Amino acid sequence: MKNNLKGWLYLLPAIVFLAVFMVYPLIDVFIYSVEEGYNSASQTYFGVGLYNFNYVLRDPYFLQAVKNTLILVVITVPLSTGLALLISLGLSSIKKLQDLFQTIYFLPYVTNTLAVGLVFMILFKPTAYSEGLVNLLINFFGGPSVDFIDGPYWAKMFVLCFYTIWIVMPFKILILTSALASVNRDYYKVAQVDATPPLRVFTKITLPMISPMIFYLVITGFIGAFKAYSDAVALFGTNLNAAGMNTIVGYVYDMLYGDSGGYPSYASAAALVLFAIVLTITTVNLLVSKKNVHY
Amino acid sequence: MKVVLDHLTKIYPSRTKGGSPVRAVDNFTFEIPDGKLIGLLGPSGCGKSTTLNLISGLEAPTEGKIFFGDDEVTNLPPEKRGVGLVFQNYALYPHLTVRENIRFPLENFRGKDKLTNEEMDRRALEAAKLVQIEGLMERKPAQMSGGQQQRVAIARALVKMPRVLLLDEPLSNLDARLRLQTREELRRIQNETGITTVFVTHDQEEAMSISDMIVVMEKGVVRQIGAPQEVYDDPENLFVAKFLGTPPINVFRGSVKADKLMIGSEAVLDIKGVPDGDITIGIRPEGFVLKENGRFTCELGRVEVMGRDTSVVSTHKYMDGVSVRSIIPSEDKVKPGKAVRFDLKPSKVHLFDSKTGERVYYEVKK
Amino acid sequence: MNNKKSVSVGKVLIYIFLAIWAIMVIFPFYWMVLTSIKSYSSYNGEYVPQFFTLSPTLENYIAAFTQVPLAKYFLNTLIFTVVTTAVMLVVVILAAFAFARLEFRGKDLVFTLFLSLMMIPNELVIITNFQTITSLGMRNTFLGLILPSITSIFYIYLLKENFAEIPDELYKAAKVDGTSDFKYLIKVMIPISQPTIVTITILKVIECWNSYVWPRLITDDEAYFLVSNGIQEIRENGFGRENIPAMMAAVVVISLPLIILFLIFRKKIMAGVSRGGTKG
Repeated sequence: MKNNLKGWLYLLPAIVFLAVFMVYPLIDVFIYSVEEGYNSASQTYFGVGLYNFNYVLRDPYFLQAVKNTLILVVITVPLSTGLALLISLGLSSIKKLQDLFQTIYFLPYVTNTLAVGLVFMILFKPTAYSEGLVNLLINFFGGPSVDFIDGPYWAKMFVLCFYTIWIVMPFKILILTSALASVNRDYYKVAQVDATPPLRVFTKITLPMISPMIFYLVITGFIGAFKAYSDAVALFGTNLNAAGMNTIVGYVYDMLYGDSGGYPSYASAAALVLFAIVLTITTVNLLVSKKNVHY
Repeated sequence: MKVVLDHLTKIYPSRTKGGSPVRAVDNFTFEIPDGKLIGLLGPSGCGKSTTLNLISGLEAPTEGKIFFGDDEVTNLPPEKRGVGLVFQNYALYPHLTVRENIRFPLENFRGKDKLTNEEMDRRALEAAKLVQIEGLMERKPAQMSGGQQQRVAIARALVKMPRVLLLDEPLSNLDARLRLQTREELRRIQNETGITTVFVTHDQEEAMSISDMIVVMEKGVVRQIGAPQEVYDDPENLFVAKFLGTPPINVFRGSVKADKLMIGSEAVLDIKGVPDGDITIGIRPEGFVLKENGRFTCELGRVEVMGRDTSVVSTHKYMDGVSVRSIIPSEDKVKPGKAVRFDLKPSKVHLFDSKTGERVYYEVKK
Repeated sequence: MNNKKSVSVGKVLIYIFLAIWAIMVIFPFYWMVLTSIKSYSSYNGEYVPQFFTLSPTLENYIAAFTQVPLAKYFLNTLIFTVVTTAVMLVVVILAAFAFARLEFRGKDLVFTLFLSLMMIPNELVIITNFQTITSLGMRNTFLGLILPSITSIFYIYLLKENFAEIPDELYKAAKVDGTSDFKYLIKVMIPISQPTIVTITILKVIECWNSYVWPRLITDDEAYFLVSNGIQEIRENGFGRENIPAMMAAVVVISLPLIILFLIFRKKIMAGVSRGGTKG
C-alpha cells in the first residue's frame, strides 16, 4: 500500500502536466471541432454538427494550404531521402575528412530555422540595390532574374522546397550514415570474394540491410513535411495566406490567432483533417513497407 | 551471531494465468551456528538465492520466521537487519571510487550512529586492508580486475560490521585461477572476522572446499545438511549423491535377491538387511577396484590417463547415463580387451529406493 | 594498376560531390557572417556582392543590440530555456524512476498510456492549450510559455530504458545498506545515467532555443519575445529600414550559442539525435 502510493507520487508531476496539456486538449479538440459558431470571447456556441469541417474544406485558403503542403511533401521527401542516401554512401566510402564533413552536414540541425531562413531570403530576393546572389548566378548563365520571395508561385515553391530539404538533411544523413556503418563488414568481404559487382552489392546487400532505416526516414519525413510551417514563415513572413504559401499547420495557427484568428473550432477541424491525412498516409506506408522492407 | 530459519516458506504467485503457484522455498528449518561459514548448494532454480534474499530481508517470507541470535527479524526491512551482501556481478557503483564505494553504507547512518568523516575514512581503510586492496582506494571499479572488484564488494559488505554476511555466487564471475585464490581469501576473511556467513553457489567443489557446513537444496526443499565430507560420504538420497562429486557417482538399476546385490546377472556384493526387490545402486568412481576375476564386469571403452590416477571409461547395460567412470591408481594397468572387471568397495556403494530415491541402508555380509 | 587508378578517380568524384554539399551547407553561414561585418553603405553599394570584405566593421552588432531589443530577446530565451529544461529534467527523472524502479499497482497500464500519447502530434493539442493559457490569463508570461513544454514522454521513455539497464543487484546492495529510494536515485541512478541525462538536456536546450510556434501564439508583447519571434519581428519592423547587415548581425548572435554548444558536444548531440530526436 505504502509502495503503491510512492510510485504514484513520483509519477504525479508528469501525470498532471500530461493530463492538463495533452489528454484534456486531445479530447477538447474533438469537442471544439463539432461546436458550431463558437465564440472565443463569450465561450458560447450555437449548436453541434459538422459545419466546421464543411467550412474548412471549402475555404480557398485551406485548399491552397493543402495544395502547398502536398507539393512540398511530394517533392521534398523523395528528394531529401535520395540525396541523403547518396551523401551517406559517399561519406561511408571515405576515411579522410569524414569527421569534418559529418560535422558540417549536421550544422543545420542546430540552427534556428527562423534565423537562417532570413539568410536564405536575402540570397534569393532581389532588392532595390541588387538582384541577389542567386539571381546574379542565374544571370551569369544567361537566365532572367526571378523574384523567389515575392514573385511567381513556382519560384516561391522552389525556395521553400530547397530550404526544407536543407533543414531536414542533417537528420537523414546522420541516420543513414549510422545505418550503413552498422552493416556487418563480413557481408562485403564475402561479396568481394565472390567478385560481386559494386552495383549488385549495393542493391542486393546494402539496400536491403538498411531498408528499415530508409523506411523509418520516409515515414518521419512524411509526417514532418506535412507539419511544415516555420520554414515557410522564415522565408515569406507571418502572413502566409497573402503570400499564397500557407501550409496546413499555418492555416491552423492563423485560425487560432493573429489577424484572422479567434476561431478555435475551425482550427480544430483543420487540425483533425491534417491528422487524418497523416494517419492515412502513415498506414499506407506501413502496409507498403510490409512487402518491401527486410527486417 | 547464530541465524535461525524456522519453517521458512516462500510462495510466488503463478507467472502464467491459471498455473499453480511456485514454492521457491519450502519449509526450511535450520539453525546456522554462530561464526560458521555455510554453503547453500543446488542447481539453478532450487531456491538458494531466494533463501538468501529472505535472510537479507529483500524478500518477505510467505510463512515462517527468521531469528538473528535471539532477535526475530522476520518483519524487519533489510537496512535494519545489519546484513552485508555480496553479489556475483559485484554490484559496485561504477561512478564511485573504491573509497567512496566502501564508505557508501556508512554514509547512510543517521542520528546517534552518524559517523564523522574521519571515522568513515578510517573504517573504510580498515575494511580495505582486511581484503588487501588498500593501495587501490582512488580507482574506479572499471579500472580493476574482477578479483579486485570482488574484494571491494566484500569490503563494502563488511565495513558496517554486519551481523551476518551473505554472498550470492561470489566467485562465479572469476576465472579459474582467481576463483581458487579468492576462495581461500574468503575463508581467511571469514576466519578473521568471525562473522556468520552464508554463501550461495551452484559449484559443489567450491562449496565443499570452504564451507563448515553445506545445505543441499532441490526445488525449494532442503535435501541434506551437514559437514561437506559427511554429506559426500553419506548422502541421504539419490539427488544429493548425484549432485556431489566429480566425476559424478555412477548409477545402476539393480536388485536385491537373497542378500545378494545384483546388477544384471552378476552378484556384485553380499549384503544384509535389505528386502528383495528392485533397487537403485550408486557407486562412486573411486569405489571400483580393478581385479582380474572381479565380480562386476563392464564393457571397456577407453582409458584416460590423468597422471596421479587413471580414469576407466566403460559402459554397462544397466547403467543410467552415457558411461561408467571409475578412477583407479595409475599403477593398476588395464588389460586391453572387451571387458574390464572390478570388485567394489562397500563404503563407496550406496543403495537408494528405486521409487523415492531415499537412501536404503545395508550391512555388508562378511 | 589500371584498376587502382579508376578507384582513385572514383574517390575524387566522391570527394567533389561531398564538398559540393558541404559548401551548400556552409555557404549561408558564411554569407551571414560576411554580411554582418559589412557596413550598411558598402553592402548596399555592391550591385554584385563581394565574397569577402577588406574593411570589417562591428557597427552592425552594436546596432543589433542598441536599435532593437536583441539583448532582451536573448535574456528571455535564456530564462525560458534554462527553466523549462530544468523543470522538465526533474519531472522526467522522477517519472522514469517510478517506471524503472518502483513497483506499484497500475504501472504497466500507465506506461502503455504514456507510450500511446507519444503518437499525438503537438498540432492537435496546441489549440486547447492556447485557450487554456489564455483563459488562465497567462499570455505574455513566462509561466504560460513554459508550462506546456515541460513534459516529454519520449525523454521519460529514453531515461526509463537507461535506468532499467542498471543491475538490480545495485539496488539490493543499497537497500541492505539502508539507502532510501530517493537517495538511491540521487546518488546512484542519476550519476550512472549521466550520459543520457546530458543528452536529453542538450536536445531539450536545442528545442527550447529554436522554438517558435508556441511562443508566437502565446506572446504578442515584445517584452516576452524569444529569439525566434524576435528575429521575425526584426525582419518585419526592425531597424526602421531594410538594414540587412544589422539583421545578419542579429542572426549571427542568435545562432552562435547553439553552434558553440554543438561544436563542444558534437559526439553526444549526434548520438542523441540518432537515438530518436527529430527536428521540431
